[in-house]
Amino acid sequence: MSDATPALRLDGIVKTFPGVRALDGVSFSVLPGEVHALMGENGAGKSTLMKVLGGIYQPDEGQITVSEVPVVMRSPLEAKAKGIVFIHQELSLATELSVAENIYLGELPRKSFGRVDWATLNARTNEILSRLKVGFGPGDRVGDLSIANQQMVEIARALTVDAKAVIFDEPTASLTDAEKVVLFDVIADLKKDGVGIIYISHRMEEIFRITDRISVLRDGQYRGTLETAKTNEEEITQLMIGRKLDLSRSEATHALGDVALEVRGLTVKGLYEDVSFEVRKGEVLGFYGLVGAGRTEIAETLFGLREPSAGTIHLNGEEVRIHSPADAIARGISLVPEDRKGQGLVLGMNCRDNMTLPQVDDLTAGPFVADGAEIAIFDQYRDRLDIRTPGWKQQVGNLSGGNQQKIVIGKWLSMHPDVLIVDEPTRGIDVGSKSEIHNLIRALAAQGYAVIVISSEMPEVLRVSDRIVAMYSGRIMRTFTAETVTEDNLIQAISGIAASAETAA
Amino acid sequence: MSETTDTGGTRAQGAREGRMSGLSKEKIGGILARQGILVAFVLFMVGFALANQRFIAPDNVLGVIRSSAILGVMALGVTFVVISGNLDLSVGSMMSFSTIVVLDLHDQIGPALAIPAMFGLTLLIGAVIGFLVGYLRLNSLIVTLGMLSAIHGLTLTWSGGQNMDIADKEGTWFSVFGQGSVLGIPVPILIFAGLAVVLGLILAKTPFGRKVYAVGGNGVAATFSGVRRARVVFMCYLASSFCVATAGLIQASRSLGSQNTVGQGMELEVLAAVILGGASLLGGSGTIFKTVIGVLILGFIKNGLLLVGLQFYVQYTVTWVIIILAVWLDIAAKRGRLWSPIA
Repeated sequence: MSDATPALRLDGIVKTFPGVRALDGVSFSVLPGEVHALMGENGAGKSTLMKVLGGIYQPDEGQITVSEVPVVMRSPLEAKAKGIVFIHQELSLATELSVAENIYLGELPRKSFGRVDWATLNARTNEILSRLKVGFGPGDRVGDLSIANQQMVEIARALTVDAKAVIFDEPTASLTDAEKVVLFDVIADLKKDGVGIIYISHRMEEIFRITDRISVLRDGQYRGTLETAKTNEEEITQLMIGRKLDLSRSEATHALGDVALEVRGLTVKGLYEDVSFEVRKGEVLGFYGLVGAGRTEIAETLFGLREPSAGTIHLNGEEVRIHSPADAIARGISLVPEDRKGQGLVLGMNCRDNMTLPQVDDLTAGPFVADGAEIAIFDQYRDRLDIRTPGWKQQVGNLSGGNQQKIVIGKWLSMHPDVLIVDEPTRGIDVGSKSEIHNLIRALAAQGYAVIVISSEMPEVLRVSDRIVAMYSGRIMRTFTAETVTEDNLIQAISGIAASAETAA
Repeated sequence: MSETTDTGGTRAQGAREGRMSGLSKEKIGGILARQGILVAFVLFMVGFALANQRFIAPDNVLGVIRSSAILGVMALGVTFVVISGNLDLSVGSMMSFSTIVVLDLHDQIGPALAIPAMFGLTLLIGAVIGFLVGYLRLNSLIVTLGMLSAIHGLTLTWSGGQNMDIADKEGTWFSVFGQGSVLGIPVPILIFAGLAVVLGLILAKTPFGRKVYAVGGNGVAATFSGVRRARVVFMCYLASSFCVATAGLIQASRSLGSQNTVGQGMELEVLAAVILGGASLLGGSGTIFKTVIGVLILGFIKNGLLLVGLQFYVQYTVTWVIIILAVWLDIAAKRGRLWSPIA
């Protein structure tokens, strides 16, 4: 394999932004017919590298070579013309148009007077679709297709050019298991045709299933290339984060305190019904269930974003009614929301201002915000949570996902809440930061916080929770303790299978 | 190579040169991106000053600022609204209302009562807009466009369609706001400057100002942080109407008589000044200082075109061509390229 001419070669690619060396001499090559994984934590430089390959950024130094021809790309169109094609995580299709129109968008075959040559268009589209073995036709409206099939349309679009290298960016993020199989078949076909493939994913299982080699980036630097067959998860992770990863559950036991939050018969019509639970100080209560089971909606009710239609909420033994987030915050309830960028942060604001936003009214000297007090809070939580940022003036939007999440967590810890609700604590966060956040949640409980963790990832709830509430379709099916829970009965509970059996027993 | 040795000195310096020039280029780029409008403003002033020395004569400069003061005061308020992520297209029409009302009340209840009464009524209108946009979450473009018309109707009803004049133009102290001066500086300039300082401090330094940026930057995240978004938007419209009332006061005091349409079309000029200063129409960015620069650029463009002898009618066109060019260059500096990267 090493004799072949690389389909795509990177030599010493450097890209700097003011204050950041985003790519620091990245070199590796992708051979024809190879699936080459690109891995690295968020912020390692993968996205920047992709933008360089896609013609969106120009590298400051270094050379990109496609099939031994040095190339310079000043726009996405040029990149495509040179044979570098992207399959993006977020689809960029015109949903109102047909499959054929989408595939040849911008290059529709024409007849005289600029009329579209539909016969040629459909014939060419059919040819490509047959290569992909898909179950839809050129005339189908893209908006009617499943997400997986829409992705196939993107891939079909990639096949219209003479692609030398195809880059898949987290392609399985929204696919079901069955759909993944189809995708992997297509990738295998591309491989047979001698196309070089770069495959970006956080999912180890996929990496081992389909890739041939793995290149790792860390802090903008190239850290090495591993042969998939000769490596293991541990080695990759170590290369990615520069240390060994502790995945065991910290078993430091600590005494539980009084009940901090007690919920009885809470109902929001149409979303969830008759939900009762309590959380003690020093305890992590996990909420596990499928998307749409009502978990986030319960959190939103506790945080004053929804009005309950029935039920009571007691905080430290006292019944409370919560009408707004400001109410909830004043009573000591904090929410780290599931959508970090949409709900958690003002991306255009700096780190400090984001962190102190809920208490900015109280941080004043005379009529003005007290800069010193704010910076003190920021410094305190930057150190405590190990937030990596050049300084408080940095725009939050420029941080990696893990550091962004820590800003949100710091924001709420600095409010010293009684109850901390964390909704999907590690969504979209790389493996290194993930375990840091898990440890942090355990540490917070040990310090006496009552913590609610909502998660769709089973290893996560199992790792951080003292007790686990399993929800299905707006109802609590069962509550497990860390000692009694098993993966099997947890899965049964959240799919509604165990419900009748349990209550009968 | 020989050139390098001539100018560069030691080899080490020569070797570093590539990086040094890259760095300074980057720095200049950074300054351009952040202060592009300010740089454009300075270049523009130098250019016109070279073309006609009258342009930078102190009395001309003072005159331009004075005639920009009314627009400027309104732009200060609209800056709050724009940063909060909304628009205010009603300010021109609202300024006409304030002017007519204060002139009419001047003769009926005397200036000492007329001024607070006018402020009260204008703030009331601002509160209605603030309620509709803030609490009912209606689209600000639609609401303020509708209010533009509705307030014009109010003004015409109030005046019966007549021009409004103060009976005794010589004997009233009311003229001080538009015509007076302190230590040789016209009062409108003092009001504009004073208000700019106060509102600038509020926006940049107070918790309220912080929340305005948060609401405009990401309203959902602001709500999730306990910021009462509706109240913040409401307060921004109150601030805007307060500024409009002040502008109306200066306008009325300066002319002591007015048509019903004195503020017509100013909403767009105000918006132009705010955008020219670099505030994003999407909200979340902009400053009072930048808006003041935007106002001054607009004022000096008009003045400069007049001084170089362009016909009055041509000015509308040329002014807007310059505004669009300036906004384009500003965005280009931020993107680091003239054309959008998305083909």
